Amino acid sequence: MKKIVFILMAAMALLLVSCGGSGSATGKQKQITLSAAGATFPQPFYNLAFKKFNEAGGPLINYGGIGSGGGIKSLRDQIVNFSATDAFLSDEEMAEMPGEVVHIPTCIGAVVIAYNLPGVTDLKLTPELLEGIFLGNINKWNDPKILASNPGLALPDMEITVVYRSDGSGTTFIFSDYMSKVSPAWNAQLGTGKALNWPAGIGAKGNPGVSGTISQSQGSIGYIGYEYAFAQKIPMAAVMNSAGFFIEPTLESFTAAADEEIPSDTRVMLTNSSNPAAYPITSFTWIIMYKELAYGKHSSEAAEAAVKTVRWLISEEAQAIATSVHYAALPQNASLQAEELLRGITYQGQTVLK
Amino acid sequence: MSGDRVTKALLFISSLTILLLSAGIVISLLGGALPAFKEFGVRFITSSVWNPTEGSEEYGAMAFIAGTVITSILALIICIPMAFSTSLFIAEYYNGTRTSRILRSLVDLLAGIPSIVYGFWGFYALRPLLVATGLTDQGFGVFTASLVLAIMIVPYATSLSAEIISMVPAELKEAAYSLGATRREVIFSVVIPSARSGIIASFILALGRALGETMAVTMLIGNANVIPKGLFAPGNTMASVIANQFGEASGLKMSALIAIGLLLFLITALVNYLGKLIIKRFA
Repeated sequence: MKKIVFILMAAMALLLVSCGGSGSATGKQKQITLSAAGATFPQPFYNLAFKKFNEAGGPLINYGGIGSGGGIKSLRDQIVNFSATDAFLSDEEMAEMPGEVVHIPTCIGAVVIAYNLPGVTDLKLTPELLEGIFLGNINKWNDPKILASNPGLALPDMEITVVYRSDGSGTTFIFSDYMSKVSPAWNAQLGTGKALNWPAGIGAKGNPGVSGTISQSQGSIGYIGYEYAFAQKIPMAAVMNSAGFFIEPTLESFTAAADEEIPSDTRVMLTNSSNPAAYPITSFTWIIMYKELAYGKHSSEAAEAAVKTVRWLISEEAQAIATSVHYAALPQNASLQAEELLRGITYQGQTVLK
Repeated sequence: MSGDRVTKALLFISSLTILLLSAGIVISLLGGALPAFKEFGVRFITSSVWNPTEGSEEYGAMAFIAGTVITSILALIICIPMAFSTSLFIAEYYNGTRTSRILRSLVDLLAGIPSIVYGFWGFYALRPLLVATGLTDQGFGVFTASLVLAIMIVPYATSLSAEIISMVPAELKEAAYSLGATRREVIFSVVIPSARSGIIASFILALGRALGETMAVTMLIGNANVIPKGLFAPGNTMASVIANQFGEASGLKMSALIAIGLLLFLITALVNYLGKLIIKRFA
């Protein structure tokens, strides 16, 4: 199956190259066409930003939303100009790549704890409560432990139904990465991964599946991408961060999570940020590209267009587009670091951005 | 003469293609499943642990085998009275009437509805009804999935059974009537015995369809990778776990999913074989 996808991708890339060629031959307006593939999570933001950039005279970009794994594979096979991923490449994956790869963070995504309780919209949860609920040790909504963190809240005498992702997903990865950091019991029992061996609850497919199940089932709770809970107006819990504050999931509190010391290659999980204003379950989403862009049949024009496109994504204008479609913008330190990384990208040894 | 030869060659090639395709499917399933069987051996079938976390990966198919078998058999049990009586109604009691024709086309219409639509209906319409009965908290689980499965396989069993019942020779029935048999006696001592093997075959075909059904089940069964603890407890089936998890799977997990595919293939083949045996015995 994956092979077929890549053969199709390769065919598409070939088609694009030939289209680009004929386009410039007719010479209407010399338009460069780039191909990119990967994560579906930031796709709405990318589609909009790429379209705006193209209208302003930038290249035409064909983005295939084939998932982070597919994006990484496409970059490895050198059939795209750049890829997008929700999970940074491990050292192992970096070593498998034919060339050095740079990670450019483009925006911040968050996983929220959504729930469906009649009459309750301001639930507060601590890491201990999350551990208890998702491991199946707390199974009534009026459990004294939940009441202790939510004084005055009329919690019903109702069974808790945990809803999790039945398919492998970056959302599960981010949530479990956070839980493993804050709960030794979680780390020992479930660990971190795109799919887990859940001890309790029911599974649903995809973010739409989980959000649909939660909004249809009273007494349920689950983790979903912020934009889904936001779009479907499902109540989201405030989560206690590492500084001990209950933080509501908002674009500002997501951005705050990246407003701290991050490594120079930006390969870091933002979960459990030390920033006291930060919502704790957040993550960068990245564009990945080769540091040296002279590979395959890529021209220096394509290389320049690719780097400029990614720089556009981290520009203030594009970040404003991101917030307008409910992705959290990069804080200044992160966009400066991203800019720095882009300046290091070369074509035949010459830096692309002058 | 030459036209005859061309037809023969064409027919030969198309049947050979089918043969090669099924052989190819088995071979690629076997090849893909090998790493999982090598790693876990018989434990892959007997164990119900499904732990995809990196570092402590362990895959066993028992929970899914159990889920598939339980939901399919339950669906068949629910389906039999519905399909059996409907087919008798269409093909015997009201055969040739307008009512029968309308009912027949409605049954065919049910067969044409995509499984995802059944899933939606189950999710938004049937599940809240079950919750309202108080038997289940959220309505996700083995029973809900089986109920929708049963409704999905009723049209297959019904239209085949009806076809076979209407094929019972009129002479047989007339002979029975001439001996003074009532309608009920004709149905139970003439029609059903002579259509028996065909009716059984139609239910086995329906069971085969229930075994492989994916989307509607995924939406309703709860997708918990454990052996169901009761009728209203969540579980998962073989087809459903493949559909859910193959997207981000690689390495050993991919192999385990392919191995489940192979097992499902074998179970379906076994059911078909048992069906043939039963038909032979009763025919």
